[in-house]
Amino acid sequence: MTTHEPIAYVREKMAEQKAPPPTSVGILGWIRANLFPDLVSGILTVVALFIVYSLVSGLLPWLLHGVWNASSLDECRKIIAERYGEGASGACWAVIHERFWQLMYGFYPSHLYWRPNLAFVLLLLGIAPVLFDNLPRKMLLITIAVPFVGPWLLWGGSVWVPIMVFLGFVIGIMVNRFVGRMSGALVGIIVGVLAAVVWWLFLSGPAADLVQSIIPLSIEPVASRNFGGFMLAITLGITGIAMSFPLGIFLALGRQSNLVILKTMSVGFIEFIRGVPLITLLFVASVLLNYFLPKGTEFDIILRVMIMITIFSAAYMAEAIRGGLAALPKGQYEAADALGLDYWQAQRLIIMPQALKIAIPSIVSIFIGLFKDTTLVSIIGLSDPIGWVKLIQANAEWNGIVWELYGFVAFVFFLFCFSMGRYSMYLERKLQTGH
Amino acid sequence: MTTTSETPNGSFRLSMLLYDTRYRATTIQIIALFAFMFGVAWLVNNVIQNLAASGKTFDFGFLWEPSGYDINQQLIEYNSRSPHIRAAVVGLLNTLLVAGMGCVTATIIGLFIGILRLSKNWIISRLAAFYVEGLRNVPVLLWIVMTMAIAIHFFPAPREFRGENPAATMKLFDSIAVTNRGVYIPKAVFSDGFGYMPVFGGSFHVNLDAVAILVVLAISLYISHLIRKRADRIQEETGDRPTVWYLRLAVVLLPFLAVLWLLGFHLEYPQFKGFGFKGGIHMRNSLLALWLALSLYTSAFIAEIVRSGIMAVSKGQSEAAAALGLRQGKIMRLVILPQALRVIVPPLISQYLNLTKNSSLAIAVGYMDITGTLGGITLNQTGREMESILLLMLCYLLISLAISAVMNFYNERTKLQER
Repeated sequence: MTTHEPIAYVREKMAEQKAPPPTSVGILGWIRANLFPDLVSGILTVVALFIVYSLVSGLLPWLLHGVWNASSLDECRKIIAERYGEGASGACWAVIHERFWQLMYGFYPSHLYWRPNLAFVLLLLGIAPVLFDNLPRKMLLITIAVPFVGPWLLWGGSVWVPIMVFLGFVIGIMVNRFVGRMSGALVGIIVGVLAAVVWWLFLSGPAADLVQSIIPLSIEPVASRNFGGFMLAITLGITGIAMSFPLGIFLALGRQSNLVILKTMSVGFIEFIRGVPLITLLFVASVLLNYFLPKGTEFDIILRVMIMITIFSAAYMAEAIRGGLAALPKGQYEAADALGLDYWQAQRLIIMPQALKIAIPSIVSIFIGLFKDTTLVSIIGLSDPIGWVKLIQANAEWNGIVWELYGFVAFVFFLFCFSMGRYSMYLERKLQTGH
Repeated sequence: MTTTSETPNGSFRLSMLLYDTRYRATTIQIIALFAFMFGVAWLVNNVIQNLAASGKTFDFGFLWEPSGYDINQQLIEYNSRSPHIRAAVVGLLNTLLVAGMGCVTATIIGLFIGILRLSKNWIISRLAAFYVEGLRNVPVLLWIVMTMAIAIHFFPAPREFRGENPAATMKLFDSIAVTNRGVYIPKAVFSDGFGYMPVFGGSFHVNLDAVAILVVLAISLYISHLIRKRADRIQEETGDRPTVWYLRLAVVLLPFLAVLWLLGFHLEYPQFKGFGFKGGIHMRNSLLALWLALSLYTSAFIAEIVRSGIMAVSKGQSEAAAALGLRQGKIMRLVILPQALRVIVPPLISQYLNLTKNSSLAIAVGYMDITGTLGGITLNQTGREMESILLLMLCYLLISLAISAVMNFYNERTKLQER
C-alpha cells in the first residue's frame, strides 16, 4: 500500500533571519525603551518634555534678545522694546559688558591686570603636572615656584621678600639634613622646623630689606582692599585648598594616632571647627583676631580670612582622610610594620597613597565646598563676586537688575565647581585598581 | 611595634627619651602638650592685655541689659525693652524654625529627585541630574540673595491687590497672597481654645491648644501602633493578616478632627485692608528666601545621598526578595529601604547639620536668626565682640553636638550585628 501519508514538515534550511521590528531598533526603539516603556514612564516623559519646552521657550527669547551695549537698565529696556516690540523679554548683558573687569578684578589697578593674569597662567601650569601625570616632570619646578611667585605678582612689592621666604624652606631642609645625619631623623626634623621658623620670624624681613636697599628690585605694590571679584574668590580658594590639604592630613593622623594627648587635641580642634558655621569664624577673623595677637600687630584682612578658611576646611579634610584611613584593611598597617618601616615611611609609602585614593571623592567635594564658601567673605565686607553684584545693584543705573548678574556669577562658579567634580571622577577611574 | 621582653642592661641616658621607643611617644606628647599650653597661654595673655588696653572687661552682664532694638519675626514675646539674652533666644528660635522647615522640605524634594534620578526613563533621569548638578555647584549664599532679590523685584506690591480690577490676585482660592513684602498665608485660630499658659514665671507662654492637639495625636498614634502590633502577632500565629488600615486611619484621624472641632478650629484668611494685608500669618521675604534657597540647595545633596544609598543595596537582594514571591512595593519597603536607610541616614543627618549651619547666612538677607541678633545687632550695640561671638559659637556647637548625638544613637542602633 503506497498511500501518501501526510508527513510532518521538516525544515531543511534555516529560515532567513528577519529584521527586528522597527519599533525596537534605531531611534524609534531607543525612544520606546527609554522614554515610553510603560504608561507611568510615558506620562512622566510627557511632563518632562513640557517642563523642558516651557524652560526653553521662556529662556531662549530672553537670551537671544540680549543687549550688549547700553549704559543703564532703562536704556536696555528701551532698546529691547524698540527692536522686538513692546513687552518683549530680553537680557541686559550690557551690565556684564560694562562691569566685567570689576566682577573679575575688583578695584585692582587696571594697568596691572597682567599680573593676576600671569599668576593665574602660572598657577594652571603649576597645577597641570600635579593633576595629570603624563606631563613632563620638569613642570613640577613651576609648581614649586608658584606659591612664591604668585603672591608676589598679586601683592607686588620687593622681589626679595618671596625669595627670602623661599630661603627659609631651603635653610630648614639643609639644617634638617645636616643635623639629621649627626643625631637622628627626629631631632633633624625638630631643629629644621625651628631653624626655618626663626628665619621667617626674625631674620627674613631684615634680610629682605637689606638686599632690597643694595639691589632694589620691586614692582608696584597693591593693597589688599583693592582685591575683589573672581580674582579674590580664586585667590582665597586656591590658598585654602593648598594649605588645608597638608593640615588636614596631619589632623587626621593625629586623630588616628594612639598618642592620647595628640589625639585629644586633634579631636577637640576638628569637632569644634566642624560644629560652628564658617561665618562665625569669619567674624572672628574680622573683629576678634586682633585681640588674640600681640598689641599693634597689623594683620592683613585677606590673610586673616585665608587662615580661617584654611583651618575651617582642614577640619573637614581631616574627617575625609580619616574615612580613607579607616577604610584601609588592618593588614596594610601590619604589612608595613612587618617590612620594618617606621611610622612616617609607612604613612608615606603604604598608608597614605591608598587612604587618599579612597578619600578622593570626599576630598574633592570639600575643595568644591571651600571654593563656594569663599563667597561668605562678602558678608564681612570684602568685595568678592557677590559683594560686587550688590554694589552694582545699588547703583542708580543698574538698580533692579537681577537675573543677568546673578546668572553670570552662578555660571562662572558652576564652571569651576563642575569641572572639579568631573576631574575627581576621572581621577577615581584612573586610580581604579580593582576589577 | 618593637617589643622587648627584658629590660636592656645599662643605666638610663637622656638620649633614650628620643631614641627608645618605650619613651619616645611620651616625650613627643609632653612636648606637644607644653607647646599647646604655651600657645593657649600666649593667646589668653594677648587677649587680657588687648582688652585692658581698650578699656574693656570680659563679662556677660550686658546680656541682662535692655536690648533697645526690635526684631521683625518673633516666635516668643519680645520688645525693645527686653534684655539682650531674650533677643538671642528669639534669634535662636528663628534659626531653629528655618532649619526645621528647611530640613523637612529638603528631605521631601531630595528623596523625590534622588528616586527620579534612578529612573530608567532617559529624559527624567537627565532632568534630575541637571537639577542636582545645577544647584549644588553654585554657592548657597548666591541662591539665598538671588531668591531674595527675585522676591523683592518681581513679586507684586501689596497696592496692586487694591481696587475693583486689581493687577494681582491672591492664589489658591483667595487664601494666599504673594507680595514683595512677603507671603501671607491663613492662620489657624481656635475660637473655644484654652489660650496660653505662662511658664518660668511668665517669661514664656505655651500655646495650650497646640499642646492638646499634640497630646491627642500622640495617644492615637500609639493606639494605631498597638493595632499594627496586634496584626503582626495574628499574622505570625495564623499566617493571615487582618486588614487594619482603615481602623488605624480612623484611630488617628477621628480624635484629631474631634479635638479640632471642640477647640473651634477655623482659618483666618489674610485680607487686604487699607494699605496692606491684615490677618493670617505674614512670612517675610527673608524667611521665604532663606527657606527656599536652603531647602533647594540641600535637596540636591540629599538626592545624591538617596541615590547612592539605594544603589548600595546589591541587586541580589531585590532578586532574592522577588524569588520569595514578594511584590514590587513590598520589596522596596521590606528589603531595599531598611538596608538603604543604614547607608542614607548618617550622611543625611550631616546634611541637616550643614543646613542648620548654613542658616547663619540669614544675615545676608536680614533674617533675624541668632547670627543676626546676638552676632549682629547686639554685638554692634554693646561692642562686646568677644563675649557675643563666643556665645554664638557655643550655641551652634550645642546644636551640632545635639544633632551628632542623634546620629550616633542611630548608628549604634542600626549597626550590622557581626560575629
